[in-house]
Amino acid sequence: MPARDVAIVAFAQTRHVRDSSADSEVELLMPVLHDVLDQVGLKTGEIGFTCSGSSDYLAGRAFSFTMALDGVGAWPPISESHVEMDGAWALYEAWVKLLTGEADTALVYAYGKSSPGEVRDVLTRQLDPYYVASLWPDSVALAALQAQALIDAGETDEDALAAIAGRSRRDGARNPYAQLTGEHAQGDYVVRPLRRADCPPVGDGAAAVVLAAGDTARRICARPAWIRGMDHRIEAHSLGVRDLTDSPSTRLAAGNAGAFDAPVDTAELHAPFSSQEVVLRKACRLADDVVVNPSGGPLAANPVMAAGLIRLGEAAMRIQRGESERALAHATSGPCLQQNLVAVLEGER
Amino acid sequence: MSKEPVAVIGIGQTKHTSARRDVSIAGLVREAAVRALEDAGMGWQDIDAVVIGKAPDFFEGVMMPELYLADALGAVGKPMLRVHTAGSVGGSTALVAANLVAARVHRTVLTLAFEKQSESNAMWGLSLPIPFQQPLLAGAGGFFAPHIRAYMRRTGAPDGIGSLVAYKDRRNALKNPYAHLHEPDITLEKVQASPMLWDPIRYSETCPSSDGACAMVLADAACASRAPHPAAWVHGGAMRSEPTLFAGKDFVSPQAGRDCAADVYRQAGITDPRREIDCVEMYVPFSWYEPMWLENLGFAAEGEGWKLTESGVTELDGDLPVNPSGGVLSTNPIGASGMLRFAEAALQVRGRAGEHQVPGARRALGHAYGGGAQFFSMWLVGSDRPGA
Repeated sequence: MPARDVAIVAFAQTRHVRDSSADSEVELLMPVLHDVLDQVGLKTGEIGFTCSGSSDYLAGRAFSFTMALDGVGAWPPISESHVEMDGAWALYEAWVKLLTGEADTALVYAYGKSSPGEVRDVLTRQLDPYYVASLWPDSVALAALQAQALIDAGETDEDALAAIAGRSRRDGARNPYAQLTGEHAQGDYVVRPLRRADCPPVGDGAAAVVLAAGDTARRICARPAWIRGMDHRIEAHSLGVRDLTDSPSTRLAAGNAGAFDAPVDTAELHAPFSSQEVVLRKACRLADDVVVNPSGGPLAANPVMAAGLIRLGEAAMRIQRGESERALAHATSGPCLQQNLVAVLEGER
Repeated sequence: MSKEPVAVIGIGQTKHTSARRDVSIAGLVREAAVRALEDAGMGWQDIDAVVIGKAPDFFEGVMMPELYLADALGAVGKPMLRVHTAGSVGGSTALVAANLVAARVHRTVLTLAFEKQSESNAMWGLSLPIPFQQPLLAGAGGFFAPHIRAYMRRTGAPDGIGSLVAYKDRRNALKNPYAHLHEPDITLEKVQASPMLWDPIRYSETCPSSDGACAMVLADAACASRAPHPAAWVHGGAMRSEPTLFAGKDFVSPQAGRDCAADVYRQAGITDPRREIDCVEMYVPFSWYEPMWLENLGFAAEGEGWKLTESGVTELDGDLPVNPSGGVLSTNPIGASGMLRFAEAALQVRGRAGEHQVPGARRALGHAYGGGAQFFSMWLVGSDRPGA
């Protein structure tokens, strides 16, 4: 168990939209950073450590995160780092920094704009550059392979997937930040067996979180969402050596995060495709009565690079509002859930 | 709350060269990792987590390469983090890995940084398209040359200082079997006669474009006590960032660099770096950055850095050797260059630097910077366990 209590004390996100071309990444981020710092009454210079997550490939230019740093207002100079991963991993790095005792507070942010390019094509550049990327298998096609494997294994069927998609969109209707809200037809096949509604919306967005340790957290937040455990694990890259109907890395991360020590009442799962919720529910051993993705989840809004951090933020807000006592938050990276992070959050006991 | 002491117990790097056409990216990183594990007397199964860093994904054309490299680095089933803080990334990556041990989240961490620059053209990878950037800012040299001129104007440094640094570093590289540039017939006159690229930076005063990787095994005190070779202990480590461009930014001696060094010295109990630190591996991609960083890091008073260089203090047999490995000027796989500085500092205090060993080095500083001289990461390592 970690030697120090660390909590999520504030969370903010943009209203996620299909196309934010009127705003730069910095303009997307600035209101979110101000929002999250205002919530805890801190200024940039009072934050002990700052860490962000983003991707040059989405921005289409090298060192894209350097401009975002300007938006933070990093003067006088700040203690700062960046992961070229979803912001959930930036939160992990910040959590570790707080565990060392070198900082008492941390600002974590992430942003991604998919609108300038074709995100399905862009994500193919994640694949083995010698043997796979040259074939340009896109992210929906790979997810469809996984969905078909699940159906073939008898783990789900198209009706069950449609039910997941429908529930997510209905829940998204109550989330003012979600991109897709309300009822949506299941739609035509995009890549069989996945229909339009089984796939996430393509969109732009940003999110930010403030972490604080111990008494600092209690001072600046009425009900901190304590991080009881957090772990992340990666699997082999090649889909051919993985059982796509299972997620051993999620199960391992969940176990190490303490998810199986006591039941959770809420789970925010970073499952961009309805079929992936089936895999993650099993790996996280979620009971039927666990509230899954009450925010609408990635099927209602999936800003690449921020969507994982948003799962942690949404779970924390459920705890802050008293709607949850113990929540599981999950983030993923890579094709077909290759890399997974799980955090367990709790209210004060 | 006490932190776990962090030890460097294994170091590995590739023989750096302009193009490693014989290996894939995975093959390149694995080579460095295997050497680090051998040095640590460990196998893949002994590693709890992997932290990897590199500079922009565009250099190799692979988005988030940690996904593809998980298998090659024995990371399957383990945590794997990917850091990217521009040119400082190699240093930041090592610090993120060190924090995992310091926080007692893991007991052993493999950290690695790489760049396979032959897969692309780094010069143009670093150049934004016009009209987003003025045409004279081509590559890093175009960005940094005006700041070097500002340094010369501010301090009155004579024209030849940069050539002295390049001549020294290229000679030091001859003693380092892993260095990219080995120029056995190098002379000061040849450096001075090399073509002017970005005035005042001459061809021989710039870093090469390298393929290479560097890896370290970091461990807690208990693991370090079982390591087959002496450890380097982390006495202090810090990162600082400031914006790229703003009115009042001091490009000659950025505040972020001064603050970062001050934080590291505070952690390590260093009050007089010039006397208490035995050697320095600093990130000098263009020769003139040696005197500039000597001032920024507190080894010389403002305006005095070039005098240390000119007097021979920073030579391998000088009083404060700077870049005994040959430095970035001799080897520059960008994403790995910062970690190479950190690793070389550790090699020195472990007494395992071979021909470029500084005799009796007990405390060494590793330094990296990146972006528009805005991201800094540093660590100070020692041959003694902190507090011992």
